[in-house]
Amino acid sequence: MDTLKAFLRHPTGMIGLVILVAVLALAAAAPVLFPDSPWDMVGAPFQPPLSEGLLLGSDMLGRDVAAGIAYGARVSLMIGIAATLAAVLIGVVIGAVAGYFGDKVDDAMMRLTELFQTIPGFILAILLVATLGPTLTHVVVAIGAVSWPPVARLTRAEFLRLRGREFVQAAVCQGQPPLVVVLRHILPNALSPIIVTGSLTIATSILIESALSFMGLGDPNLMSWGFMIGASRTVIRQAWWMSVFPGIAILLTVLAINLVGEGLNDTLNPRVARKVRAA
Amino acid sequence: MNRREFAKLSLAAGAMGITGFPLGITRSAGQAGGTLNTIIQPEPPILVTALNQQQPTLTLGGKIYESLLRYDFDLKPLPGLAQSWEVSEDRKTYTFKLYPNITFHDGTPLTADDVIFSVTKLLPETHARARGIFVRVESAEAPDPLTVVFKLKTPFAPFLGAFDCTTAPIVPKHIYEGTDYRKNPANQKAIGCGPFKLKEWVRGSHVHLVKHEGYYRPGEPHLDEIIYRVIPDAASRSVALEQGTVQLTQWSDVEAFDVQRLAQLPNVSMTTKGYELFAPHQWLELNNRIAPMNDKRFRQAVMSAIDRKALLQRVYFGLGKVATGPVSSKTRFYEKDVKQYEYSLDKAKALLDDMGLKPGPDGKRVSIPYLVPPYGEIYQRAAEFIRQSLGRVGIDVQLQGTDIAGWAEKCGNWDFSMTMNLVYQLGDPAIGVSRTYISSNIRKGVLFSNTAGYSNPEVDRLFEEAAVATSDDKRQELYSAVQKILVEDVPIVWLIEQDYPNFTDKRLKNVITTAIGVHETFGAVSFG
Repeated sequence: MDTLKAFLRHPTGMIGLVILVAVLALAAAAPVLFPDSPWDMVGAPFQPPLSEGLLLGSDMLGRDVAAGIAYGARVSLMIGIAATLAAVLIGVVIGAVAGYFGDKVDDAMMRLTELFQTIPGFILAILLVATLGPTLTHVVVAIGAVSWPPVARLTRAEFLRLRGREFVQAAVCQGQPPLVVVLRHILPNALSPIIVTGSLTIATSILIESALSFMGLGDPNLMSWGFMIGASRTVIRQAWWMSVFPGIAILLTVLAINLVGEGLNDTLNPRVARKVRAA
Repeated sequence: MNRREFAKLSLAAGAMGITGFPLGITRSAGQAGGTLNTIIQPEPPILVTALNQQQPTLTLGGKIYESLLRYDFDLKPLPGLAQSWEVSEDRKTYTFKLYPNITFHDGTPLTADDVIFSVTKLLPETHARARGIFVRVESAEAPDPLTVVFKLKTPFAPFLGAFDCTTAPIVPKHIYEGTDYRKNPANQKAIGCGPFKLKEWVRGSHVHLVKHEGYYRPGEPHLDEIIYRVIPDAASRSVALEQGTVQLTQWSDVEAFDVQRLAQLPNVSMTTKGYELFAPHQWLELNNRIAPMNDKRFRQAVMSAIDRKALLQRVYFGLGKVATGPVSSKTRFYEKDVKQYEYSLDKAKALLDDMGLKPGPDGKRVSIPYLVPPYGEIYQRAAEFIRQSLGRVGIDVQLQGTDIAGWAEKCGNWDFSMTMNLVYQLGDPAIGVSRTYISSNIRKGVLFSNTAGYSNPEVDRLFEEAAVATSDDKRQELYSAVQKILVEDVPIVWLIEQDYPNFTDKRLKNVITTAIGVHETFGAVSFG
């Protein structure tokens, strides 16, 4: 409860939360606001913003840019969250195993993590999607596969820190199996930094997804912001609105998630949190 | 055969070549000198057109290599290296008379032996399209150094149409005979007999061609040099044209969305002529082997459900014409009196209902994957357009992305339901059209064959008869009949006869003069 109160008093965190809630609401209301598919050619092509029935204008096929943004919000958030869950799952498992067992297991796990860290993440994501084929699942897998190393290292560090604490030692002495020790005693105490990293990973996942779609590697059946910008790149001199609005959407969403992440960091981290509360 | 008989029987065009064109060549008008800067995109792997027939190779190599004939916009032959030609009464013997004093870039004279070597030895080994035509040659002789006589096994009407510089480039025999053609070190020098020779090729930057001093046409070439610049980025290509850095663009150098804007520029003019030999036909390919696409009514429904006029305007920016059938209206033997498919969702729905393909509770009748060819934006937009169009009549289209190798592999091996394809008509239905529809060309693993798997014995028969028929009237009759059958059956959903823009600096003269446009030799091109 204290944490929640602290977060509510965190100014930038709250701004982020408000924007994020607005984006979520837009995503949720998309089918109500725009009953037609965002791919439907509803009007004349290249209509500027504020044309009749087209708040944000239309693209080269006469599709509604506003509808694209609303449905794109669903895709971006869904992929961002799904990919982050995948990354956190992989990262936590690897980090926990490495941190808990230490020694040779730790060495093996960390070398694996470093292997992934040495390959530029975005290039690997492109490679994975290009090889597996551009579908929703593969995009999520690719983003998850390049986003887990930081989570793994963080989890490992937390586990190494908590591993030697008395309450953990006590649990081990009582004969509790490693899985129980990890899940009931160490993980709950390591959770706050993981949550903060996870929230920031959502933002990077959205950016990676946009970049993939921009390059034409998104799922061709899903309207996404990156796709909209990629498709309008060539006609930017005729129709600025086609790339500017999805660009703003990406900017706001990523910014909002980062602000929320910052806010969480400030409130979940005991040292910083105390300072905030004292101030 | 005496001369009088010959005059009666020879092809009108061939006869014109003899009577209408004086011996010796008139000097073509045009101011001498100057440098033409243009674009080559993407950079070709090699400049020898006999060994590689990708479009950039042909565009650039057309200046270096020449062939016996040229073709006007109606695909009628004009003199090239050959000043005249005769066709025998039985349509099996073709005699070409070469101009005197033709030399290769290394100074060696070009003789009938070089022509025979190129046409009967080298090209059938290295050039798939030429092979299909030149394997029909039974014997080739050179009664004198300036005369070539080809004898065919059976009459083959398109033979006279196969001597443009993209199909039958003449290469020097003394350099290639007895060597491994593809590994010959001379390939780097690209020795031909065209008006321009290779001076320098800086990979990734430019190809520099200079005047061939020993060119056989007096006064030509007018230009001193041509520089082909490699400019990979579309926006930079448009800027280069706007600023006058380049004076000529071709094919997709200027992308469709920029055409209308650049056509307004005061210093350039735009034409879509010069692609008549290729006449690219853009279509939606349906795999005729798979249900429901094996049903004619389904294919007709697809034809009716796509508003092809809107597709042309919105996706192709109006560059082209709505295709009405298998033969392009730009090429020979086109038949316009065929069944018309107007845009009508009701008609499409009625056809689908008639098939028993009723909509499910979600409004979808059937779900079909669509393999999107990875050739850039227009294909992507067209796929989105078609998905929405077919969605309106309850055909749920699922787009599948792929890479270039994956598309070629899937398309060639019939591992697709729906995809898009762009196929050249190549001047004669026997070469560019029949290959898509005849059963004998259902060849697994071969792109641009009958990949849709359509098979109709009547169509096979008509195409076969038309290819060997000796009179154009008879051929027209046969091709008209086959077009009517095909348009009724819709083995393929023809969409657009695609146009490509050529932008030329207004000072440039005689650039697009033949059916191969920018692939032509450019000897007559001049500034002013």
